[in-house]
Amino acid sequence: MIAHLPVLQVIVPLMAAPICLILKRAQLAWLFSLLVSSLTLLISILLLQQVMTSGVVSYELGGWQAPWGIEYRIDKLNAFLLLIISAISTIVLFAAQTSIEKEIDKNKHTLFYVLYLLSLTGMLGIVATGDAFNVFVFLEIASLSTYALIAMGEDRRALWASYQYLVMGTIGATFILIGVGLMYQMTGTLNMQDLSQRLPEVAQTRTVFTAFAFVIVGVCLKLALFPLHHWLPNAYAYAPSIVTAFFAATATKVAMYLLIRLTFSVFGLSFSFTTIPLQTLFMALGLFGIFVASTSAIYQNNIKHLFAYSSIAQIGYMIVGFSISTVTGLTATLLHVFNHALMKCAIFLALAAVVYRLGDVQLNNFHGLGRQMPLTMAAIVVGGLSLIGMPLTVGFVSKWYLLTALLEQGWWPVAVLILFAAILAVIYVWRIIEVAYFKEPLVNQAAVKEAPMLFLVPIWALTIANIYFGIDTRLSVQVAQAAAQSLFGVTP
Amino acid sequence: MLIGLFNNWIVVMLMMIGLYIVIAHGNLIKKIVGLTLFQTSVFIFYISMAKVVGGTAPILADDIIQYSNPLPHALILTAIVVAIATTALALSLVIRIKAAYGSIEEEEIQRQDNQIQADKKERKQA
Amino acid sequence: MIDIVLLTLLLAVAIAIIRMKDLFAVVMLSGIYGLLSASFFVAMDAVDVAFTEAAVGAGISTLLMLVVITMTGRSENTTRHKPFPALLLVVITGCLLIYGTLDMPYFGSADAPVHSHVAPRYINDSMQEIGIPNIVTSILASYRAFDTFGELVVIFTAGIGVLALLSSVRRPDNGDKIVCINYSMHEQHLVVRIVTKMLLPFILLFALYVQFHGDFGPGGGFQAGVIFAAAIILYAMLFGLSTARIVINQPFIQLISATGVLLYGCVGLVSLLNGGNFFDYNFLSNDAITGQHLGIFLIEWAVGCTVASVIIIIFFNFADYRERQQSNENEHNQESP
Repeated sequence: MIAHLPVLQVIVPLMAAPICLILKRAQLAWLFSLLVSSLTLLISILLLQQVMTSGVVSYELGGWQAPWGIEYRIDKLNAFLLLIISAISTIVLFAAQTSIEKEIDKNKHTLFYVLYLLSLTGMLGIVATGDAFNVFVFLEIASLSTYALIAMGEDRRALWASYQYLVMGTIGATFILIGVGLMYQMTGTLNMQDLSQRLPEVAQTRTVFTAFAFVIVGVCLKLALFPLHHWLPNAYAYAPSIVTAFFAATATKVAMYLLIRLTFSVFGLSFSFTTIPLQTLFMALGLFGIFVASTSAIYQNNIKHLFAYSSIAQIGYMIVGFSISTVTGLTATLLHVFNHALMKCAIFLALAAVVYRLGDVQLNNFHGLGRQMPLTMAAIVVGGLSLIGMPLTVGFVSKWYLLTALLEQGWWPVAVLILFAAILAVIYVWRIIEVAYFKEPLVNQAAVKEAPMLFLVPIWALTIANIYFGIDTRLSVQVAQAAAQSLFGVTP
Repeated sequence: MLIGLFNNWIVVMLMMIGLYIVIAHGNLIKKIVGLTLFQTSVFIFYISMAKVVGGTAPILADDIIQYSNPLPHALILTAIVVAIATTALALSLVIRIKAAYGSIEEEEIQRQDNQIQADKKERKQA
Repeated sequence: MIDIVLLTLLLAVAIAIIRMKDLFAVVMLSGIYGLLSASFFVAMDAVDVAFTEAAVGAGISTLLMLVVITMTGRSENTTRHKPFPALLLVVITGCLLIYGTLDMPYFGSADAPVHSHVAPRYINDSMQEIGIPNIVTSILASYRAFDTFGELVVIFTAGIGVLALLSSVRRPDNGDKIVCINYSMHEQHLVVRIVTKMLLPFILLFALYVQFHGDFGPGGGFQAGVIFAAAIILYAMLFGLSTARIVINQPFIQLISATGVLLYGCVGLVSLLNGGNFFDYNFLSNDAITGQHLGIFLIEWAVGCTVASVIIIIFFNFADYRERQQSNENEHNQESP
């Protein structure tokens, strides 16, 4: 069975989705999804162990040799991502049942779990595969289930947000399809490993340049990289809260993974960063994204909107790290992928708990919430401090690595800008803290109580992880660094 | 060069017409038609790349030497199914949007959403 | 030469779609676009793709759009928002693509990389390795079986998504009323109804033929599923939804769609338990070729089941929603005067 782990990683949640539909009863479907998600988590841990000790694992689907059949190829980078996705999925599922009870129509709960498992499958599939066309197929599984999940939100604006995301997402996916087609046309292969060997021969052609441009733009649409981010805030704000918690921590990370995989593994470092001025372009876009999105976050009154803009800003940090294109820079990006998943998932789960108690997350509703829901609010505060980059939280660790990477290259103006951007984060986090802790509770909310245990356990599991990995950085840094080194071909 | 690439240029024009409809038109159904056009044109691009002059359909028979490339065919079969799945989901969203907003014009929907926000602000000031 | 004619026609249709304001015409034109591109695929030797595109592009997607138009109205607003930025963006993207075409291998040249790497093995060895004449089916169902599995999951996801968006608990009390409306409406199409009744068994038979013939010629589970679903939809349109619902009820159809996905996955799991890799059909039987045949047969069935049932789910939910809206409007009209 150990040999089959790569495929089981994706097949287990995939097969569970139709079984969930057959189970029919929502309670049963929830327990089953939780079980399945824990199983995928277990598989991903085993996979990561295997990859860390014995290197790349390749799995030939259908027993057909690589360029002819589809290959699953797990290296340190995607093993790391697989772990993040399945861990977040499992933690979020704990709170799912309580949360959707208030937000989704009762007879649609089973469908919710089916779609949830399908989107988990899609994301795992994108990350695990080593075949460029297979990426497209699983991208569509993830996307379609995401559109449906977002549209399940109570507010009618959820429908509109979902439609807009669908249009943008489909354009993005079609761009990727065009790019893959152009690559295939010049090399005759779809396997990523094979592509990376055959692309250098034709790297000078205009067709490969176009292919590169199309896949990158397509992935950046999915990544919500500034200025292609317009679909994200409303999608996050009006989706059911639990869905936001899941996607904020995983969906953009998957797109980030694709970007890294395509630029580093498929097109190769020298093509991506020397032939094309990708470095300057991404550096600029990343910095603009950080400043524009952080400033927008300050002006939001819907707290989900606020943190959605903050997510766009955090993507900016990842892109800056990525555009440095050194081992340290990439380590910073990968660390931030992991750390941001921890903090945003905790924050959005806490917001889900607030919605469960209050029905809304407008800033006005937060009056005095620090005393009424102390544990939930404390988690938001820890998450917020982590977003700012306070020491003893994970946010500090990834910022530290990012700054080190920038200074290594002597780009201190950028480093100064990054430090300055933290002030913007202080402002938007402070707005919440001020209202929650220094204002009297509203009269009509006097009876609001602390969130139920099924919320508090996952929220605090994440918050404790947030602090733990902020102090003991050995594990996360070791994996991120090893993944980054393997992408640069450095043997530690 | 003109003959060799002419097909591709027409296909590019078709793709761009589809993309233009998606971006420039405000009617939600027309946008979906635009998406379908865009995707179908990409399929045409893939299938043209598979053609070999003098080749025939890739179904093995004794007296045939040259076949067209079957791999893009298999890929596009998959992609067509993905496209119809997307269209179906998009259409069901349109149905719900029509029921919720009473309109399927982008501008009208945006206007209604902005209206709500403006109302909220007024109430707050009052 | 015929390909250039077809492409020019496609261009004309696309331009007409931009200019049309009547959504009914737009949808019909997009159906024509699908049909024309299917013809183009035949000219390009892609018979399987042509079959699918004709069934989907010209058939199912047009049908679904028409159902939606009956609910949303058929005229488009005349004002276009942001036409100039859109034009600029599209022109830039188009120019980039044209720039990319300049180094492409020329159309139809046999020495292009696509024809010399990976693909030759399918053409030369698939007969020994898989043992069926239709190479596209070999690739689809065995070499790249996992893609097809993904495709099946995509269509399953769409079905679930539509259910999540449109389904609701039925109110049985006004079922009778709907039946009455249907009866009065469908009385008119007497000839069509009789012809349909006669044709129906043949359409279903044709679906089965396509299902089993995929190994030897164009066809297979997906196309068969679409044809089967089309037969059911035709029946529902002429005899009313409630009549069709007696024949095919929702929970059953949902069960079938889930079973299809499970069956496909189980083929993989069985080969895994027999000691091979996932989807390695060679391990399904003692003889490799028999194993391949068995595997392909089973997964084609799985695809057929899920595709047919999902398309039926999608259509029924669209039509159901429309019926509910109409009956709400009727109630509303009766109350207001």
